[in-house]
Amino acid sequence: MMQYFNDLVLIFDSTVRLAVPLILACLAGLYSERSGIVDIGLEGKLLGAAFAAAAMAAVSGSPWLGLLAGIGVALCMSAIHGIASINLKGDQTISGVALNFLAAGLTTFLGQSWFHRGGFTPQLSADQRFNPITLPFAEQLKDVPIIGEIYWELISGHNILTYVAFIAVPVTAFVLFKTRFGLRLRAVGENPKALDTAGMSVSWLRYQALIITAVLVGIGGTYLSIAQSAGFNNNMSAGRGYIALAALIFAKWKPWPALLVCLLFGFLDAMQFRLQGIKFPVIGEVPVQAIQALPYVLTIILLAGFIGRAVAPKASGIPYTKER
Amino acid sequence: MSVRVPLPRWVDVALLPILNVVLAFLIGGLIVLSVGQNPLEAVGYMIYGAFGYGSGFGYTLYYTTDFIFAGLAVSLAFHAGMFNIGPEGQAYVAGLGVIIVALLLNGLHWALMFPLMITAGGLFGAFWAFIPGYLQAKRGSHIVITTILFNFIAISLMGYVITKILKPAGVDSDESAPIQAISRVPQLREFFALFKNSPVNLTFLLAIVALFFVYWLVWRTKFGYAMRTLGRNPTAARYAGISSSRMIMTTMALSGALAAMVAVNNVGGVQGRLILNFVAGAGFVGVAVAFMGKAHPVGVALASLLFGALYQGGQELAFSMPGITREMIVTIQALVILFTGAMGDMLRIPLEKLFARWQRTAGGG
Repeated sequence: MMQYFNDLVLIFDSTVRLAVPLILACLAGLYSERSGIVDIGLEGKLLGAAFAAAAMAAVSGSPWLGLLAGIGVALCMSAIHGIASINLKGDQTISGVALNFLAAGLTTFLGQSWFHRGGFTPQLSADQRFNPITLPFAEQLKDVPIIGEIYWELISGHNILTYVAFIAVPVTAFVLFKTRFGLRLRAVGENPKALDTAGMSVSWLRYQALIITAVLVGIGGTYLSIAQSAGFNNNMSAGRGYIALAALIFAKWKPWPALLVCLLFGFLDAMQFRLQGIKFPVIGEVPVQAIQALPYVLTIILLAGFIGRAVAPKASGIPYTKER
Repeated sequence: MSVRVPLPRWVDVALLPILNVVLAFLIGGLIVLSVGQNPLEAVGYMIYGAFGYGSGFGYTLYYTTDFIFAGLAVSLAFHAGMFNIGPEGQAYVAGLGVIIVALLLNGLHWALMFPLMITAGGLFGAFWAFIPGYLQAKRGSHIVITTILFNFIAISLMGYVITKILKPAGVDSDESAPIQAISRVPQLREFFALFKNSPVNLTFLLAIVALFFVYWLVWRTKFGYAMRTLGRNPTAARYAGISSSRMIMTTMALSGALAAMVAVNNVGGVQGRLILNFVAGAGFVGVAVAFMGKAHPVGVALASLLFGALYQGGQELAFSMPGITREMIVTIQALVILFTGAMGDMLRIPLEKLFARWQRTAGGG
């Protein structure tokens, strides 16, 4: 019995670790899509931020400067996206796709030119990374059955960015539904004309949303390369930006459901390694690929309206043109 | 005051795309310069690598073949108002269709095998694109999201099929059993010694045929007219009695079948077997090609040749200038999509002003 419990705690622990970048990217996407800007470029921003953070941490030796660099790169990419989709009223999907390629190409190219390690950044030492934090009393409570164990394994012992990700959920819920800014943000994604008529700047609101998006996804990318791993490697975002986008749709653009869906997708990810080679009664061995594809399949089933309906913010993806 | 004067046709069709591409290359050059390499020297190596000798040129045409198919796939869907980002997955799944007929009838002469591969691959690719089309038409799921998701599902599905089912016992690398030489699509070098040992094969001619086919389909048939109507103005299409759901599903299936020909080129022509991740980004290049070529077969052909030259030249470049990796091309690809696709208006607005002023002075004087 105790063995199963320990296993379960460990699985949940890796679930949390794997869900963090998803949560950050998903919330990032939430701000931008709620404001009416579709962001297919989350994947590229994660990748770009991961690279910048690792490169900066390796050169400067400080994870905090790495974090700043990660957010900075995400901000630059958001700026390109903003100019293309807000000022030039271009196609947001195309801009996002371009940003994803840009990140994929530039990170490998610059990584090779700067560090000559086949696209890897130098291995980071412990003080160049974000390290696990032991929460108060975790050490003392470690031996208390169940509660102590959960506290020690599951809640304590993560790095600061993990806690940031989990705090970002209630903060987002509050900002979105309880503040004036949140009201305007939701309105600009549903009916930008109404805000324009009320004398507010649609463009500025959307830029604000893009800035928040960049900060969150920048933290997510930083987490990948200098908290979860000890350096950047090629294409390390590995589709997480797309999974986050899928999670966002799955969560119907709401923060708390977003957390749950990201944890679910993180859990599936964690189970991938556990289920290898295990034979189940009736169905037999489950192929790793089936579990890998599950988040995508689930999202498609949801999108097709077979389990509830996902309706995007109404003005999402449409550039706003003031009447002349 | 802010009335926008439309640009002359030649500016819209030729000058603007060229300026956008030049801009993409200029920025690419600046990036190369910023890491301390000489971009002009790089361009020199690339041109030599892509066109300077027979087998290099053959490789260029081989890549061009892939990009024409993927570019046409994106273009065709685009005319019906859809953004198909799925040629990558559609081509990958089509590889399964190609290898199934090839291995079942292994040893059959290529003259019979080639059309069979085209049919089987085409059906598989069409099927993989049809589902997102169906979901868009009947269930309202957004085609961009579903085609992206289908790319990922294709990776998992094909990964399983190749490593667990097709891989013969005792083989280390992740690939299927080989197709016999007689059944493979013949290489052009068998007819033209010029191409030396390059992989360009008969599928290249199929790509040329596909270019004419798409032109005919889009601009010379009733179906193409309905497709463009739907793409330009869905409301008008509905009033004209065009069934949008049928158009969407048919167009997506055709688009997938075009993307599928990448698999014929690779699996049936070059490798002679199904290899893990054989598409290697060709489907995504199609997106850049379609935007750069303005979804017109002539543009697609030119853009494909440019990207084919970039890919082959990039290979040469990586040998000659170790400071530059081939990924620089992905960056160029991104900049091309950005400037010709999303930021197309950046140069258009100043050009419009310039031409408006020019016309005024010409008219007044």
